[in-house]
Formats: sequence, structure tokens, C-alpha cells
Amino acid sequence: MTSCVHTFKCCGQRVALDVPSGAVHVLSEIAYEILQRIAPPLEPECPTSLRYQLAKYESSDVAEAYGELYALYKEGLLFSEDQEYKMPPTGVVKSMCLHVSHDCNMRCRYCFAGAGGYTRDRKLMSLEVGKKALDFLFEKSGNIHNLEVDMFGGEPLLNFDVVRELVAYGRARERELGKKIAFTITTNGALLDDETIDFINAEFSNVVLSIDGRKEVNDRMRTFVDGSGTYDAILPKFKKLVERRGERDWYVRGTFTRENLDFASDVIALADAGFDQISVEPVVLDESDPLAIRSEDLPRIFKEYERLAREMIRRYREGRPFNFFHFMVDLDDGPCVYKRCKGCGSGSEYVAVTPDGDIFPCHQFVEFMPMKMGNVLDGTFDKDLQKKFAEHGIMTNPVCRECWAKYFCGGGCAANNYKYNGAVNTPYEITCELERKRVECALAIKAAIAQYEEQNSK
Amino acid sequence: MKNVKTLNRSASLIKRAVGAGCGECQASCQSACKTSCTVANQKCARLTKKTDK
Ligand code: SF4
Ligand code: SF4
Repeated sequence: MTSCVHTFKCCGQRVALDVPSGAVHVLSEIAYEILQRIAPPLEPECPTSLRYQLAKYESSDVAEAYGELYALYKEGLLFSEDQEYKMPPTGVVKSMCLHVSHDCNMRCRYCFAGAGGYTRDRKLMSLEVGKKALDFLFEKSGNIHNLEVDMFGGEPLLNFDVVRELVAYGRARERELGKKIAFTITTNGALLDDETIDFINAEFSNVVLSIDGRKEVNDRMRTFVDGSGTYDAILPKFKKLVERRGERDWYVRGTFTRENLDFASDVIALADAGFDQISVEPVVLDESDPLAIRSEDLPRIFKEYERLAREMIRRYREGRPFNFFHFMVDLDDGPCVYKRCKGCGSGSEYVAVTPDGDIFPCHQFVEFMPMKMGNVLDGTFDKDLQKKFAEHGIMTNPVCRECWAKYFCGGGCAANNYKYNGAVNTPYEITCELERKRVECALAIKAAIAQYEEQNSK
Repeated sequence: MKNVKTLNRSASLIKRAVGAGCGECQASCQSACKTSCTVANQKCARLTKKTDK
């Protein structure tokens, strides 16, 4: 495989990412210019041609910067060789999205679940189906100890009694089997009260609270059945939940569409409302939908991501930082390289189960009948399809293999690929472009913060 | 160094391949997105356990 260094400018930072090793370098202007002009194998001496090309700089400065780059090259942190990572499919399922309610008390305009009902009738999951789904997960999880179950919908709180009983059932069985389930829940907040908040905070290791940002944006998109806006009803409930949550994970999570391409203002509005764990994401809709993101919107969105990154850097310096999910990156540890290669695991390690007990590769595939994998009631499960999904990842995909962002992205969203390109393994270019921009912003933020901390420590 | 500051000198994906792939970490879409993939913002279950208070 080839070696690859991606150099870019973002938020006033010059950055080089050595793709195979994951090393991130912040560059001076000269080093940046040099990197545009050299390719491996590097010679120990600074090439004369380089001094000519960069004659606007002092020759000794060019040589010095080259020397630094060469040292990193020798250390394996620049132009390192990419490797082949292969892991045979294990057949294990360890994560499940449990669609406890295909019904919803809101009518959000962009909802991929079609007001909770997906393409079929509105329905709640019965306790029996839920238990069978958990049994399926326990059975298919092999030697894996840490399992995950996300209570999803529609709106899961419409079926709260079943949620509560399923958590109790899961807890009892995990003790029996020596495993651990991390329960998570995604809710629109309308039905949150003291009791549900305390239950969620006690039992759920992560909670995702849906809200779109500025009140006017939220209320245009996220309405109750009667068309009225939801912002004022949910905001105080979310605040209460977060206040009582302690150290456990949570996110407020919004969606942006073509109608609010200035979405950085929505992220900032959420931060100003007191939330510091924020995720706001591009809508997933068919290209023909007026709310869908189009390729002509990309330059605008890139600017917005950069505006957001600059604001995050500013607030970090002011001592009031917040987290934006898609700019989070752990450069020192982070996931191992195998995780980075296989990505989301949909259809292989991760499945979704509907109120009817049907199994789909993930929540975004639900009710796409050609992708049905089986049913937890009759015990069917298509292992061949699971194997096909297990092959989805950056090593098997020629486009991803050549992509500089691959070890951050993990190979994209199989559902988006399938919906837009008709194939699980064909990356959807718009989402790729967005992903690459987000990675650049994330690295630029790290660079700016490192610089700030260094200056501060002097 | 004057011209290059490396943010993660100790980190190397290549080194982290040794003994890795235990499968105990979280599925990425379960965390906060549900519509898109990103793996780099996930945590390693083994490293988290070690550093968790
Ligand atoms: S950004 Fe696109 S091409 Fe790159 S790894 Fe992700 S899905 Fe593949
Ligand atoms: S296919 Fe897409 S939506 Fe489904 S789990 Fe993977 S990244 Fe998430």
C-alpha cells in the first residue's frame, strides 16, 4: 500500500496528517511549503531544487525545516508505509437498536422514520418481542462482555413501561450470564418527568436529547402533532435531566437541513443555553427532498464548520469550552486500528429490531424489506448477509482505501451508501466531503489548543 | 523543533494494531449521531477501563 500525507490549512493552522501512523504535525509556513513539494523516499540532504523553488526564504531556513521533516520521516511519523489490516468476521452481534416504539408524539419535518411509523403502521413493541430481542443479543454476543442496547423509536418514552421492564430483564440476565449491557436512549423529551428522568439517569449510560438549536429553527422543524413548536416544552426538561445527571454521558442532538445552513448558530445557541455536550448533524433525506443537503451547499457548510471550530477555539481560551461530537478526536489513544477499519458494524455487530421483531442491519435500514435479516420471534437470522456486511470497511473499499480520512471515518455510513448509491459499499460523496471537512476542523482545533497551552505554560 | 510541532508523538496507529481488536468497544452509531459514521471520536474500551476513576 502507498504512503500518504494530507496537508491542509484550517482556522489559521497549517497541519499535516501522516495517514498510516496517525501522527499530526503543526507546520510553519516553510515546512508547509516544503511538504507540498517533496515525496518519499527522502534524502538526508535538503535537495538543491527545493532551495531554488523556495528562493523567497533564506536557504538556511529551508534546510533547517527540511531537516526537521526528514527526522520525522526517519522516525516513521511522516510518509510512513500504510499496512493491510485484516480481521476475519466473527459472526458476533453485540449492539442493538431496539425500536420500542414506531409511534411518535412529534411530527418533525425531516424525520427519516416518517413520524415514527417508518413506512408501516404505528406500533409499540410488546414486552415479549423486546425480551426475545435481548435474548437474541445475549445468544449472538459470543465471548463479548460489553453489550449495548439503544432504546429508539419513534419516541421510546411512549412505551416507557416496556422500556422499564426490559431494563429489569436485561439486568437480571446479564448477571446470570456474566455480561454487561450499556443501555442508551434517544428521546424527544416531550414525556420526560421527574420519574422518567431519575430512571434514565440511574440506568442509562448515555442519553441523546433531540433539539435543533435556536428556538425558531427548532420550532419550524420539530413540532407537536398540532403543528405547534416544541422548544419551550422540552428545554426545561432537558436542563433538569442534565443537571441531575452527574458524570454520566449525555448529548443534546440536533439536525440541520438546507433551511439552516448557518447551523453553527444552532450549535452556539445550544452552548449558550447551557449545554456543553452537543451533536448537530446533516439531515439524511432523499436528494429530491427540498430539505436535503445538495452538493452545491458544500462550500457554505464547510465555512460553517470552520466558523464553529473558530468559536470553539475562542471559547476554550475563554475557559468555557464545549464539545461538538463530530469534532471530538483522541489523538493519543482513540480506538484501535481494527475498529477504525471496520467502522460502524451495521449488519454485522450491530442490528436493529422492530416492534414486529424483524431484524435489520441498523436503524436506518429499518423497513427496507430487501435488507431484512431475520426475526427474533421465529429465530431466523441471515448469516450470509451478516458476513457481507462484515466485509464493509475501509480495507475492502477501493475509494476508502485511497482516502486520507479513512482512519477517522471508518468507511462511511452503509445506509447512506445504500440509499443514495444503491450499494452498501459505494461511499456517498457528499457525506464523504462533510466527513473530511469535519476531520480537518477537529485537527485544527487540536493544533490551536496545543499552541495556546504551550504559550500559556511559558 | 522550530518548524514542526507533532501533537501525538507517542501515538502510532501501527503500534496500536498489536494485540488490538478485542471488540469490547461501543458501536459508533450508538453514541450520539445515528446518521453517520465517525470512528475517531470513539473510545477504546480497554484504555477507558484503565483510566476510569
Ligand atoms: S470519507 Fe468517504 S471515502 Fe473516506 S473513508 Fe469515509 S466513506 Fe470512505
Ligand atoms: S449504516 Fe450508517 S446509520 Fe447505520 S449504523 Fe452504520 S453509520 Fe450508523
